[in-house]
Amino acid sequence: MGMTARQAGSPSTDDAPPEFQERFDETIARDQRIEPRDWMPEGYRKTLIRQVAQHAHSEIIGMQPEGEWITRAPSLRRKAILFAKVQDEAGHGLYLYSAAETLGADRADLTERLIEGRQKYSSIFNYPTLSFADVGVIGWFVDGAAICNQVPLCRSSYGPYARAMVRICKEESFHQRQGYELLMTMMRGTDAQREMVQDAVNRWWWPSLMMFGPPDDDSPNSAQSMAWKIKRHSNDELRRRFVDMTVPQAEKLGVTLPDPELRWNEERGRHDFGTPDWAELKRVITGDGPCNTDRVARRRAAHEEGAWVREAAAAHAAKQAARTDKGAAV
Amino acid sequence: MSDDHVYLSLAEGHDDSDARWAFGTGFEDPLYGVSTAVPENVDRAELAACCLALADDALVTAQRLAEWTTRAPELEEEVALANIGLDLLGQARLLYARCGQVDGTAGGEDAYAYFRDADDFRNVRLAELPNGDFAFSMARLLVFSSWRLAHFEALAGSADPVLAAIAAKGVKELTYHRQYAAEWVVRLGDGTEESHRRMQAAIDQVAPHLGELFAAHEARTEVLAVLRQVTEAAGLSLPDAPPSAAGSGREGDHTEHLAPLLAELQSVARAHPEATW
Amino acid sequence: MSDTQAKRDGWPLYEVFVRGKRGLNHVHVGSLHAADDRMALTHARDLYTRRNEGVSLWVVRSEHIAASTRDEKDPFFDPSADKVYRHPTFYDIPDDVPHI
Repeated sequence: MGMTARQAGSPSTDDAPPEFQERFDETIARDQRIEPRDWMPEGYRKTLIRQVAQHAHSEIIGMQPEGEWITRAPSLRRKAILFAKVQDEAGHGLYLYSAAETLGADRADLTERLIEGRQKYSSIFNYPTLSFADVGVIGWFVDGAAICNQVPLCRSSYGPYARAMVRICKEESFHQRQGYELLMTMMRGTDAQREMVQDAVNRWWWPSLMMFGPPDDDSPNSAQSMAWKIKRHSNDELRRRFVDMTVPQAEKLGVTLPDPELRWNEERGRHDFGTPDWAELKRVITGDGPCNTDRVARRRAAHEEGAWVREAAAAHAAKQAARTDKGAAV
Repeated sequence: MSDDHVYLSLAEGHDDSDARWAFGTGFEDPLYGVSTAVPENVDRAELAACCLALADDALVTAQRLAEWTTRAPELEEEVALANIGLDLLGQARLLYARCGQVDGTAGGEDAYAYFRDADDFRNVRLAELPNGDFAFSMARLLVFSSWRLAHFEALAGSADPVLAAIAAKGVKELTYHRQYAAEWVVRLGDGTEESHRRMQAAIDQVAPHLGELFAAHEARTEVLAVLRQVTEAAGLSLPDAPPSAAGSGREGDHTEHLAPLLAELQSVARAHPEATW
Repeated sequence: MSDTQAKRDGWPLYEVFVRGKRGLNHVHVGSLHAADDRMALTHARDLYTRRNEGVSLWVVRSEHIAASTRDEKDPFFDPSADKVYRHPTFYDIPDDVPHI
């Protein structure tokens, strides 16, 4: 193995002939897809690897807060749904690592970066899940926010990423629905259940708004990513869409979103809402959230405790190959 | 795909009422067109007991598989183990439902899963043992799925059409589970010195439980044939005449491991007995 | 593959092709890691067809695929020395395949 980006056939030196850059720019301008073996600027490749890897890590780390509740789900139907959902997240992580590998990244290397804390994942997964209502609210808010973020990425300029997102978005829509449906059921249940839902809404609302990243005037890489059509909308725009989408859902559900500034602005045709605590986002992103240490430690433990298994499988494959060669030689 | 109609575009090609995605890997209703009437020549109590025991086996095994979530040795195995867990959870639900139809209680699946104590569970003890390392989990899965497969193959000819249909569906799933486990036992047995040592220890730990399984359903010939074949390919030794285990989960006689497993499984449901989920 | 290399790099990369239904070609859907061909098939089944998307699977070691470049006259590439190809199309199953 050990294939590098260069060996993978996508040389991308910035001293390449000018016609390469021209052809790349033209492809982007015509809204066509860049494919793995096309020439691409090094910055484009690096930005994409970082974005896709962070996205993949988010799916994998995102299994943990909900995964905690599979063994405790209060009905067999909910157990099956949650089990399948968390499994989907592992699948999404794999689709995304696969897309990152088309850019010359190596999954083993990306995994190392994650478990050594050198590569980030979505801030939202550093918050704890305290009751089963959190499972519903994560589906509704977090998967809802993910859909807002990800549906535009189905048109991302990089082909493998866009195609991975198509598949992921289709599966995510079910995730969001199962969450909302769980909350609707709980709201029709006991007072204690309704309290659980409101409490979960209170805890997850602001962190969910932070999922879209820092405000546009504090998001230095956004403009280049949008020019490259890696990103299709700004952080603030996506955040506004999410709020507009969620408010009527909250009304229908009968819960209150914990923002006194939230109201419909007739003139602008959208909701005004309060400002998330950006200092908190910064803290959580830089490793100081409630669960950062636990999340990475769990991932590292699984990886390290699984090393003997992966090594054994590789050793068996090598032995088998040697045995086959011997057999063929006789 | 238009950004502006997020949900509409996502819903394309999906029937809104289609929630089957969460019920395992198969989409066909295995009981479609099967009559739920209990045939006259079938002993209801016996049928209910059989369904309950097999459902408990599946639920407890699925619970142990769920414990691997976020802890598997590789991400691809996360997906594989969840598939097997979901298959077994699906089997448990169908079997509990059948049990409720024939035992006169009209109990739903959750009544059996969440509101019985360890003494009332009828799963084999092998299923409730802690996961141990990946080698132990694979050894157990190999033995459990080989034995359950033989049992289901026999039940596919059951006089009860519902149980027969559940078993017929399960045969396909269990064949895959057995295959998955067998491949891992061979890899680990043959792989490295460490994996060989762990795999042999796992086989040695699982073997004494064969007696309990064969007492519950005699499938000595089929199961031992599989185990011999797999251990031979893996370079492992199979203990000759495994001693019978001391007690049987089928009689409600469990190890100390079942009660904590159920305490976790039932914790939320029991904390809110009036709730709907 | 030496022991240390196996430790660092993990399992090799495989490309996965799925036949969505009878009468259609196998279509490339993505990649995965597996220690051997058998494991690759097992993983492909679990990962890429867990919603019943396919009736048949192919897996092939990524390094065994030879690929053309965008423009064969491209002076940057030496086609004879260039056998490694990774992922041409990630996901391109026709819309009429159910449950995708």
